[in-house]
Amino acid sequence: MNKLKIVLNGIIRNNPTFVLVLGMCPTLGTTTSAANGMGMGLATMSVLIMSNFFISLIKNIVPDKVRIPAFIVVIASFVTVIQMLMQAFVPDLYATLGVFIPLIVVNCIILGRAEAFASKNSPFDSLLDGLGIGLGFTLSLTTIGSVREILGSGAIFGYSLGIADKMPLIFVLAPGAFMVLGYLMVLFNKFVKK
Amino acid sequence: MTAVLLGITFVSSAVVGLVNMITVEPIAQAQQAAKEAALKEVLPEFDQTAKEDMLIDELTTTVYTASKEGEVSGYAVETLSKNGFGGEVRLMVGFTTDGKIYNINVLQQAETPGLGTKMTEEGNNLITSVKGFNPAEKKLVDGRLAVRKDGGDVDALTAATISSRAYVDAVNRAWAAYKNAAQGADLTAAMGATSADAVAANDTAKEPVAQEGEKNE
Repeated sequence: MNKLKIVLNGIIRNNPTFVLVLGMCPTLGTTTSAANGMGMGLATMSVLIMSNFFISLIKNIVPDKVRIPAFIVVIASFVTVIQMLMQAFVPDLYATLGVFIPLIVVNCIILGRAEAFASKNSPFDSLLDGLGIGLGFTLSLTTIGSVREILGSGAIFGYSLGIADKMPLIFVLAPGAFMVLGYLMVLFNKFVKK
Repeated sequence: MTAVLLGITFVSSAVVGLVNMITVEPIAQAQQAAKEAALKEVLPEFDQTAKEDMLIDELTTTVYTASKEGEVSGYAVETLSKNGFGGEVRLMVGFTTDGKIYNINVLQQAETPGLGTKMTEEGNNLITSVKGFNPAEKKLVDGRLAVRKDGGDVDALTAATISSRAYVDAVNRAWAAYKNAAQGADLTAAMGATSADAVAANDTAKEPVAQEGEKNE
């Protein structure tokens, strides 16, 4: 399979948010601002790349019956390791992303890709799939976060555009998340995916 | 099957344990450094601090008594409120020796971006209404600071009354802890009475919250 195509597939044709509609809980919950969305996306991507790679490595020794618990143990270990390393060596980044990291364990994108891709393909291809899906997730979350931040609080990546007072607050609250997600999903499937 | 699963869990736990061993020290150091940076921001000059935990209104606050060359130079109180819009609001509040609020630093909050999060911005309404004042000089409601909506004279953040109340609640808790620490053990009995009042005030303050319109966070 074409290597570049695997990566692009993750971003467009199999975009986890707008096409596969996976990981909705972190998507709706963390996209109150562009920076938060991007943080969640990047944290998920790093776990996804590693978990895809290692699950693909062990796929032949894990019996089918216990593959789900085995995958979950691997994923949870990675998340814990990443959390501890970040806390120890990049405490500033951890302070911003800290709340999202444990959420990654329950993100169904990770388990979904382990099942659908990593358990059937070579380690290198799985790594690329992790990169592609991770990028797709990051881009989607950043887009949703930016739209919500601009519409809801009149700012982008924390920089105020000076129009905060005129903006409808609802977009940073939960109902706004559903509206933005819905409209962006329509636009994405109409114009980007084709 | 069992052997494979056992093997995977064994290797995973070994890896997690190993990483924990490597990182436990740097994590402690990083947390210590962050705490010290927060202390420096809210206190006048100091060269050492003594730490003391205190229970105020059923929540644990930590008082750092700062001293410079043996003289007490100020008090920093790590305080919190559970009444935030998005969970706990943790503050570090610094007091000078004459009871004035020297500075306040938000350690942790999960309020709505663009509204409640304004509490972390420099020169926001909340901090400018209390910084440099002794809380006793402010307009008190039942012996506590309060936002204008509740009869006090602390300016709330626009459209974030609940976040502002939580902030003020945490400052009140810090003030009680400061009084406790600064005035010493002989006044502990008197403080017991005030904190009972404070609990009562807290209960009455909660009622209007329930009646707030949905746009007020």
